[in-house]
Amino acid sequence: MTTLGKTAGGLFWMFRYLERSENLARLIEAGFRISLTRGGAAGEEWRSIISTAGVAQAYEASGGTYSGPEVVNYLLRDKSHGGSVLCMIEKARDNGRVVRTAITREVWEATNECYITARSILARPVKEADLPDILASIRRQSALVRGALHGTMLRNDIYNFARLGTFIERADNSARILDVKYYLLLPSLAHVGSLLDSSQWETVLRSLSALHSFRWLHPGDPKPVDVAQFLILDGRFPRSILFCIRKIHEQLHWLEQEYGQRLASQHISGQLLDHIGQTSIEKIFESGLHEFLQSFMAESSRLAQQIEEDYRFIG
Amino acid sequence: MAHENSFFDEMLDETQTARAPFHQYHQWFSDQDPAKLLKKAAEAEDLFRKTGITFAVYGQEDAEERLIPFDIVPRIISAGEWARLSRGIEQRVRAMNAFLHDIYHRQEIVRAGRLPEHMISRNAAFQEKMIGFTPPGGVYSHIIGVDLVRTGPDEFFALEDNARTPSGVSYMLENRETMMSMFPELFSQNKIRQVSDYPKKLRRSLSASAPRKCEGDPVVAVLTPGIYNSAYFEHAFLADQMGAELVEGHDLRIVDGRVAMRTTQGYRPIDVLYRRLDDDYLDPLSFRPDSALGVPGIMDIYLSGGITIANAPGTGIVDDKAIYSYIPDIVRFYMGEEPILQNVPTWRCSEPDSLAYVLDNLADLVVKEVHGSGGYGMLVGPAASKRELAAFAAKLKRHPGNYIAQPTLALSTVPILTKQGLSPRHVDLRPFVLVSPDKVEITPGGLTRVALKKGSLVVNSSQGGGTKDSWVLED
Repeated sequence: MTTLGKTAGGLFWMFRYLERSENLARLIEAGFRISLTRGGAAGEEWRSIISTAGVAQAYEASGGTYSGPEVVNYLLRDKSHGGSVLCMIEKARDNGRVVRTAITREVWEATNECYITARSILARPVKEADLPDILASIRRQSALVRGALHGTMLRNDIYNFARLGTFIERADNSARILDVKYYLLLPSLAHVGSLLDSSQWETVLRSLSALHSFRWLHPGDPKPVDVAQFLILDGRFPRSILFCIRKIHEQLHWLEQEYGQRLASQHISGQLLDHIGQTSIEKIFESGLHEFLQSFMAESSRLAQQIEEDYRFIG
Repeated sequence: MAHENSFFDEMLDETQTARAPFHQYHQWFSDQDPAKLLKKAAEAEDLFRKTGITFAVYGQEDAEERLIPFDIVPRIISAGEWARLSRGIEQRVRAMNAFLHDIYHRQEIVRAGRLPEHMISRNAAFQEKMIGFTPPGGVYSHIIGVDLVRTGPDEFFALEDNARTPSGVSYMLENRETMMSMFPELFSQNKIRQVSDYPKKLRRSLSASAPRKCEGDPVVAVLTPGIYNSAYFEHAFLADQMGAELVEGHDLRIVDGRVAMRTTQGYRPIDVLYRRLDDDYLDPLSFRPDSALGVPGIMDIYLSGGITIANAPGTGIVDDKAIYSYIPDIVRFYMGEEPILQNVPTWRCSEPDSLAYVLDNLADLVVKEVHGSGGYGMLVGPAASKRELAAFAAKLKRHPGNYIAQPTLALSTVPILTKQGLSPRHVDLRPFVLVSPDKVEITPGGLTRVALKKGSLVVNSSQGGGTKDSWVLED
């Protein structure tokens, strides 16, 4: 069997959307926690979440205010913009239908069930009291898809395209979250090693499911330089930028092996890996964290485009 | 309409005793706890929803994807009944393919005066491009569904032929899977012929009709209009089960005289295309110019031996409801035998005498559009109100040639499981037939469709019908 370009693209996007919906759910969870612990300061947090989700313009145009329930419902279930969790799960499933013959029955059924569950629990506006259960349920559903993927799929080009989608999206998400919060690190340029408003940083770590791992490695109060180092350069943490780019490069390497052809995307990912693998957090701070993240996001989006072209996702 | 107890029930006779094929099942059923069975039925629905066997209903904007309801009481056919049915089906299907070859070549049947010439030349399903062309292996209709109904112990009728892109086979297969996982004991108690090798046989049958330019193992692909088509589930299911590519028009283009698909490593030729797309949409250069679903230029490649299209373009003429009434003659003409499978008596409204009869007896008849399908645009006289009858009569007078009429058949019933226990419902049966150059294969059983509403005679899924697993017993 050969893999159609459309199928490769469908897999790539199926897993991008799944990753994106999961990331957004995690972001909402972190915001929700802040609103419970900090009351009045939550408005700013919701604003930055809307901005991280990339829907600030649409949200403000719709007349939305930065109150918890409104933002939560907009991000979870609003269908007027394509960026809500529900929309993304639906798009993931649509792509799953397109690539139905390339995935195992287990992966398809987990994806379909994820959609059926999301549609049913998000059918009506979400009440605050139900939010923890709903978010937990979304997290569980995406874990089931991931489990089915790992447990049942052949490790061939099809798997590689699925994983490329996951890690391109994840790297972008981690960079975006850091970038929205980079100003929190600004004071540290003058006082490297100073203590931060730790609850702010906790939120960042929480929205990347990084809190536990970070504390494991850095007991005591979080230092900004450690947080940034961890989220960008710690190759052991599965949502760090370095980890993602390594994975991307690895998938492209397998594709090169399987197809017996080296393409432009392998070249770009190699350069990106070299660049990030060889830098240090000090160098990143010197040239500016914001600039670093912006240029990373631009590179990673160029890479995604090149992958799309190299493997003929579109005719 | 005929009286309730005058219908032939396939499970129970007049004394409420189980007929022979159902004997074992009925015994098993009597030992079950009804509440548990109802629970199983609900589980089955859940299972189908998870699998994603859903369909979209035409004409309902943003309609939720629906499930076709599944009833857990099987329909059971004896070995003897099936043997006779399959002989009849094979004869009919062979005659249909012979007819298709004839009308695109010498039209002997017209020369012999057995079929009016205008039935062909004025038929929208007739494709002029096919004149003089013989498809690879001589097969026109590779996959055929023959809709059968029953009215008595030995009375089976062919109600309709589906020779273009018959659907429903995925339900036949999934229904069986579901039954086996819910009631494994039934499959050890009863000797039931298996259906699960249909995809394998379909692949073999399609490969056997590979085109002249095919080199090596034929590359088979299923052409679907895409994920928004109501039968998409089935397209993906079949491609998956037979190990074929699932393609859409935009995945394909003509490369070096072949139809090729865009893979991650460039364009690769396809040998056999099982298309689930009507003729009209197949090739914008040959048929509907506004269609974006097909492949521009595919007809030229087909005619030059570069690809096999299954079913062949232009096969629709043989399952046209106006041609239907000629099928017994078609069987006699090409097979030199009397038809084994009966046709339902049919009035062609294009003929003035028949039209007059139909108008006089509208309340007792079923009237169908010649080109319609899925139960749309059809009148069931006994179930229609006076106003509906009058409105339909007016339509009929305006375009009599668009309609045929048939008596309301006393369709047999098979019980379904309801909260009140078993309750008879009307059924039909669509066996699936595979035609390759050297043989005709019929999967034992097929898809039983059942009208879930009490007394209803319309079994179409779009009109509230459900399905049942259909068993053919071994000798």
